[in-house]
Amino acid sequence: MTFSVQLGIRRHTFSDLRQLLAKASPPRSGDTLAGIAANSNEERVAAQMCLADVPLKHFLAEWVVPYESDEVTRLICDSHDATAFAPISSLCVGEFRDWLLSDAADSPALHKIAPGITPEMAAAVSKLMRVQDLVLVAKKCENISRFRNTIGLRGHLATRLQPNHPSDNSAAIAASIIDGLLYGSGDAVIGVNPAGDNIGGVCHLLHLLDDVIQRFAIPTQSCVLTHASTSIEAIERGAPLDLMFQSIAGTEAANRSFGVDLALLREAQHAALSLKRGTLGDNVMYFETGQGSALSANAHHGVDQQTLETRAYAVARTFSPLLVNTVVGFIGPEYLYDGKQIIRAGLEDHFCGKLLGLPMGCDICYTNHTEADQDDMDTLLTAFGAAGGSFIMGVPGADDIMLNYQSTSFHDAHYLRKVLGLRPAPEFEQWLIASGVFDGNGQLQHHATLPPHFAASLKLDGGALP
Amino acid sequence: MTDPDYWQTLGRYTNARIALGRSGSSLPTAAQLQFQLDHARAKDAVHTTLAISELRAALAEQGGEAKQEMIEVHSRAADRRAYLHNPQLGRELSEPQWQRLRETATHDGWAQCDVVFILGDGLSALASQRHGPPLFQALHTRCGERGLRCSPLIVAHQARVALADDIGEAVNARLSIMMIGERPGLSAADSLGLYLCYQPQRGRSDAERNCISNIHGAGLDYEQAVATCCYLVDHALKRQLSGVQLKDDTDTLCADDHRRIPFWRD
Repeated sequence: MTFSVQLGIRRHTFSDLRQLLAKASPPRSGDTLAGIAANSNEERVAAQMCLADVPLKHFLAEWVVPYESDEVTRLICDSHDATAFAPISSLCVGEFRDWLLSDAADSPALHKIAPGITPEMAAAVSKLMRVQDLVLVAKKCENISRFRNTIGLRGHLATRLQPNHPSDNSAAIAASIIDGLLYGSGDAVIGVNPAGDNIGGVCHLLHLLDDVIQRFAIPTQSCVLTHASTSIEAIERGAPLDLMFQSIAGTEAANRSFGVDLALLREAQHAALSLKRGTLGDNVMYFETGQGSALSANAHHGVDQQTLETRAYAVARTFSPLLVNTVVGFIGPEYLYDGKQIIRAGLEDHFCGKLLGLPMGCDICYTNHTEADQDDMDTLLTAFGAAGGSFIMGVPGADDIMLNYQSTSFHDAHYLRKVLGLRPAPEFEQWLIASGVFDGNGQLQHHATLPPHFAASLKLDGGALP
Repeated sequence: MTDPDYWQTLGRYTNARIALGRSGSSLPTAAQLQFQLDHARAKDAVHTTLAISELRAALAEQGGEAKQEMIEVHSRAADRRAYLHNPQLGRELSEPQWQRLRETATHDGWAQCDVVFILGDGLSALASQRHGPPLFQALHTRCGERGLRCSPLIVAHQARVALADDIGEAVNARLSIMMIGERPGLSAADSLGLYLCYQPQRGRSDAERNCISNIHGAGLDYEQAVATCCYLVDHALKRQLSGVQLKDDTDTLCADDHRRIPFWRD
C-alpha cells in the first residue's frame, strides 16, 4: 500500500509501510548506510505526518518482513492478542501517541494492552515521540520479573555486575566481583562475558559465580554470556546455570547469523527451567539486543534498524525473560554515529520494550571511535533513570578491559539512585544492609576493614599472586 | 573528603579499575582525571595518521633484510569521517589504484609473491606506527629464512582489515599479512592486530582469516606474535587454507594457576 502527503507544492509518496517507517525514523547513520533513510529533513517529517494517520489495524495487514519467509513475523502475527488490542484498535498511530500520553493510559491500562501491541506499532509511535514522551510513557509501565529477587518494581533500579577479564582469569574476575559487591552492585545478575567460548572454561566460570553467590548468601542470580547451545551443553555437564543468555535480533536471518532460531531458544529455556534454580520466580532468560545488528548481518530486508530492534523484543517476550538489555552504543558509529544518536536510541529501545511488557535495561555505553563521551553517558543515564529503567550495567570504573568499551560504573548507579531516590531490588537491598555494605538509609557505609560477613570468607592481606 | 577503599590489595589481581575510592559515592578527582586522560588518548589515536617519513626512518633503524622501499595506497574512504561512516569504503582500493598496484608488482617482479605485507592505519595509526616496523622486520626475516618471496611493505591509509583481500588479489599473492591498528580501549590506545589470509581475494569472509590481536606493550609481545604468525604461515601454506579451520593449538595457559583465587578463605 502506498502512502502520500501534500506539503505546499510538494507531494511526498512512500511505496509501502516498510519505506514509510524508515523515512520517518529519526536520523541514524545505520539507516543512511543501508540507503533507506529520509533524503531531507522535510521528507522525514512528511513521513512522520503520513505515519500519524496510519490506523494501528493496518499493522496487522501489512508486514514489513514477509510472513512466509520469516519466523519472527509469523511469531508476531500468530501470537497477537486481539482482546488486548481491542481498546486501541480504532486508533491511528498519531492518536495512539495522544492516548499513551493521556492520564487514561495508566500503569494497569498499559499492562493490559501490551499483548495487543505489535513491535511495528510500538516502533511507529516512538518515531512520532520526543525524548520527553519516551520517558513519560515508559515511566508509567511497570514490568516485573523474578528469579531470586524482584526486578522492575517502581522506584527501584538494579545493576548487572560485569566483572570481565581478557583471559578469564579467575582471581581477576573474583576481585572485580568483590569490588562490585562492596559497592552494592549485582542485583540484576552477576554476569561475565567470557573471553573464550570453550565449554570447559564456561563450566568453570559458572561454578565460580555459583560459589560466590553461595559463599556470601546473595539473593541474586548468575550468568555466563555465551551462546545458548554452549549453555545447554554446560547444563548437560551438570554446571550450576541460573540464567540462560542469548543475543537476539528482529529477523529470522539475523538470528540465524547468531546461530539461533526460535526452536533453539525454546530448547534453551526448557533446559534452564529444568534446573529449578529460581526461588521467587521462573524468569530464566537473559537477552541482549542492539540497533544495527540485522544490518550488520546483512539481514535487514530494507527495514530501518529501530523497527527491527523492536521486533527482537517480540522474540524476547515469548520467553518471559528476567532481563532484556539493549547494548546501545557498542555497535559503533556506522550504526549510531554520536552521543545524540545513542541517547535517543537508548530511550526508544527502553520505551518500546516497556510498552511490549518487558523488563528493560540498558547498557549505556560507547566505543572510542564514536563521537561520544562521559557527558553523553551521564545524560542518557539520567534520562534512563527518569524513564524508570529496570537495570543498568556495573563495570569497574566504567572501563571494560575485555570488550574495550566504556559502560556505566558502580559509582554511576549510586549517582542515579541519589538524584532520583531509587533503591536496589528489595531482597538484595536487605542483604546489603544485613552484610554491612549499606547503612539503614541505603547509603554506602564507612568502613576501615571488611564487614564481618565478608571477613569470614575473604583475606585481603595475604595470598601470593597466581 | 575522599574515602579510599580498604580492599586496594585486590588491585594486583586485575587491570580493571577496582578499589577507586569515592567522594561521597562518586568518582574521586584523581580517578576521574585518569579516566579522562585515557579516553583522550584513545580518541586521539583514532584520528592520528600514518607518518611515512617516520615509518621509513624506523625501518632503516631496524636494519635487517627488509627492503626499505614502501608503497603507499589509499582506500576509497577519502577521510576519517567517510571511513567511520561507511566501513565498506575502507575495504576497497579505487580502480586506478588497484591497476597501478598490479602494474607495479609485475614491473618490479614481486607479483605472485608468497606473502604480501600490508600495514594499515585501521582505528589506531598510533599502533601501526609504533609496532609495524619492528614486526614487519621480524616477520620479513623469518619468511626469508623459509625461502618465501615477500612483497615490499604496502602502507595503506584509511584501511579496514578486508583491504588485504583487494590488495592480495591485485598482486596475486599466496598469503596476505595485514598489520592494523585495533579499536583503542582505555587501557591500550596502541594495540595492533595481525590478520592472515590464504589466497586473499575480494569477497573473503572474516571466517577465512586468522587473527592475532592485542599486540602492544602490556599485551602480547613481538616474540609471541611472530612465533604464532610463523606457525600460521607454515600451516596455511601446507594445508592451503586459513581461518576457522586453521586453529592455533599452541595454547600454553596453565589452567591451575589461572583458576586459583588466592584471597578466598577456605
